[in-house]
Amino acid sequence: MAAAANPTKRLSKLLSSQSLFRRFSSTPEAQPTEKSLNLCSAVNQALHIALESDPKSYVFGEDVGFGGVFRCTVGLADRFGKARVFNTPLCEQGIVGFGIGLAAMGNRAIAEIQFADYIFPAFDQIVNEAAKFRYRSGNQFNCGGLTIRAPYGAVGHGGHYHSQSPEAFFCHVPGIKVVIPRSPYQAKGLLLSCIRDPNPVVFFEPKWLYRLAVEEVPEHDYMLPLSEAEVIREGSDLTMVGWGAQLAIMQEACRDAEKEGISCELIDLKTLLPWDKEMVEASVKKTGRLLISHEAPVTGGFGAEISASIVERCFSRLEAPVARVCGLDTPFPLVFEPFYMPTKNKILDAIRSTVNY
Amino acid sequence: MAMSWNSRRVIGAVKRVTPQWKSIVARKQGDLLPTLRLFPFPFIGDGSDGVFPRRFQSTEAEKMLELSADRSLEFPGGKVTFVSSMNFLAEASAERVHCYRTLDESGQPLMSSKFLEVSEEVAVRMYTAMVTLSQMDSIFYEAQRQGRISFYVTSIGEEAINIASAAALTDDDLIVPQYREPGVLLWRGFSLQEFANQCFSNKADYGKGRQMPVHYGSNKLNYFTVASTIASQLPHAVGAAYSLKMDKRDACVVTYFGDGGSSEGDFHAALNFAAVMDAPVIFICRNNGWAISTPTSDQFRSDGVVVRGQAYGVRSIRVDGNDALAVYSAVQSAREMAISEQRPILIEALTYRAGHHTTSDDSTKYRPADEIQLWRTSGDPVTRFRKWIECNGWWNNAAENELRSNTRQQILNAIQVAEKVEKPPVADLFTDVYDVPPPNLQEQERLLRETILRHPADYPENVPF
Repeated sequence: MAAAANPTKRLSKLLSSQSLFRRFSSTPEAQPTEKSLNLCSAVNQALHIALESDPKSYVFGEDVGFGGVFRCTVGLADRFGKARVFNTPLCEQGIVGFGIGLAAMGNRAIAEIQFADYIFPAFDQIVNEAAKFRYRSGNQFNCGGLTIRAPYGAVGHGGHYHSQSPEAFFCHVPGIKVVIPRSPYQAKGLLLSCIRDPNPVVFFEPKWLYRLAVEEVPEHDYMLPLSEAEVIREGSDLTMVGWGAQLAIMQEACRDAEKEGISCELIDLKTLLPWDKEMVEASVKKTGRLLISHEAPVTGGFGAEISASIVERCFSRLEAPVARVCGLDTPFPLVFEPFYMPTKNKILDAIRSTVNY
Repeated sequence: MAMSWNSRRVIGAVKRVTPQWKSIVARKQGDLLPTLRLFPFPFIGDGSDGVFPRRFQSTEAEKMLELSADRSLEFPGGKVTFVSSMNFLAEASAERVHCYRTLDESGQPLMSSKFLEVSEEVAVRMYTAMVTLSQMDSIFYEAQRQGRISFYVTSIGEEAINIASAAALTDDDLIVPQYREPGVLLWRGFSLQEFANQCFSNKADYGKGRQMPVHYGSNKLNYFTVASTIASQLPHAVGAAYSLKMDKRDACVVTYFGDGGSSEGDFHAALNFAAVMDAPVIFICRNNGWAISTPTSDQFRSDGVVVRGQAYGVRSIRVDGNDALAVYSAVQSAREMAISEQRPILIEALTYRAGHHTTSDDSTKYRPADEIQLWRTSGDPVTRFRKWIECNGWWNNAAENELRSNTRQQILNAIQVAEKVEKPPVADLFTDVYDVPPPNLQEQERLLRETILRHPADYPENVPF
């Protein structure tokens, strides 16, 4: 389909350093079985484990046979054979539809959509078929073994069609789960949970972090719970909610705000559907303020849902309007990407005005 | 008239487009085109870069090409032979693809017709099921007209495709239906009561009252639940067939769709995936001439659907869909090939939607009544099959009267019973969205129950709290 986008110097400029991501490490203690892995390798390791631990699991999609344009499926076909790891024709609705049928027969169907920007031909299959498969049959059939992986988000040079964050479209669909990891450790554990979850899941991978984010990742098989958010930085003045690659930017903003004496609590939502409302609610009740940040356009973004829910639940505790620092309501623009993005300083400005409201 | 390109310029142009392409043509002694390279696609330039790829005047080179007609290109997919004449493939063959038939309208076998043996027992069972299906359609249709059920879809005119295809399969074969194939379920043992329960959305409906009438499904009978969406089930059939293939099962998947469905992208996706993955799946197109009000002349320009198979590399046949024997033979042969050769098969069954699209449709607004009448009489598949079994001495008027009278009574009973069974409880609104209801659904159920208690008059009494 399209050329693989590799994180480049431009990305590195926008993100301060690789070590940024190490601070996200949610590994309790360094163990001898851990290795430093980037997010791409962590996904690859999860796929190896998924295929090894269940002979009725399959990995397929455009170009996955030779390892994928992002190299996430490297080595899988050699190890597990072309019957279980294979290329498909270039047809996203076919990939997802095929995956639904495969999953409905009791298999784990792990489908790759090469870029989240190209998931829309499969929208009907996801919304009308996968999401309703169990409900419409009265639980006689389900396609819970289906996991759709898709790299999403900005990369510095992706333009309209290699940059989008389409998660909000899918968060409007009862019957599927939507999961986005922030780091290699998270990616491996969450992906294995998604693959083994008895519901169809759309798993968006922050492609910006494929090579850039490195952290210690245990080699063994482990899973992280879905629909559980995580406080990755404690604070008392303001709650900040995000997911995926945007958390790195938010983390930087938190650090700079701290220098100004503002204490921010940062929450990684991880699962956007069904999301952990309780954890966000508890945090906002403590801080009295909420800021949400995502790359996707602000209008109709998932930030709107979080904002509305928290206003419903915490109205009397809020000391300032809920702030949203998001992508602009334009198509994702190539040369204007630095203008479009919800950057650290846009977030910092919003932190200041929310705290000083 | 032979034509050739200006080879040198073409080479220059194409080299830029596909620089990685390697020349495969062997140089021959005396060849006047020693530098000719062959490319996967002829470069079609607009002349803006000074390259006009097509020069239609004759050259010396052209003669040489004519002389070396044995030249060929090893291209992915196999050897491609070069010719010096420019021939476009015709948009259609001179004659339409033939249609396999065994019985004429009066139920008489055609001269030298070939079909698989059908025993008296199976033939009578097939006929009984065809009559039952058409009677169920008539009575359920009337029930909808009386306001007892909200909606209905008949299969009138397509009984042969329904029953004969089902009879040619085994119960291990998975059915991935559209919505006009309830006869397959009937054949497999779905009872009249089960049909009625679904249409009346009562608590015995396996779908728990969530879908409109005729959206049947049965895990026990290997029949995926019907959805209203068009052709979206076709890729599922391929995925399911791939599973059967991997599990080395002696079974295939059979999926159905209509002429309208063949225009959907999912049709393309499914045929192509099935071919590439060598999936044991049979695609049965019920070409009944009408997609709601859209005639096939507004649907496609191809010779129906059967010709699409070859384009995808799928073996295909056109069959008379109102000839139960022909459908039976074609489907059983297709099943044999699909499983033993692990390949997809496409069957286009020519038929006619002798009923309206659904109970929400009045097809006399867009098609002549006498056309419908013709298909309901001389074209009727049930009558044709009856004539054949009568000729064989397997059926008579007495049997006919007894069958129709008994079946009618059973259907009426099923309706009366289904009508009295209560609806599924409110709890079923929230289950099965996920394997277990997440907190948002638990909260919404709690809030809804409070609302129901405050405003009971707003809600139907027959749905248990």
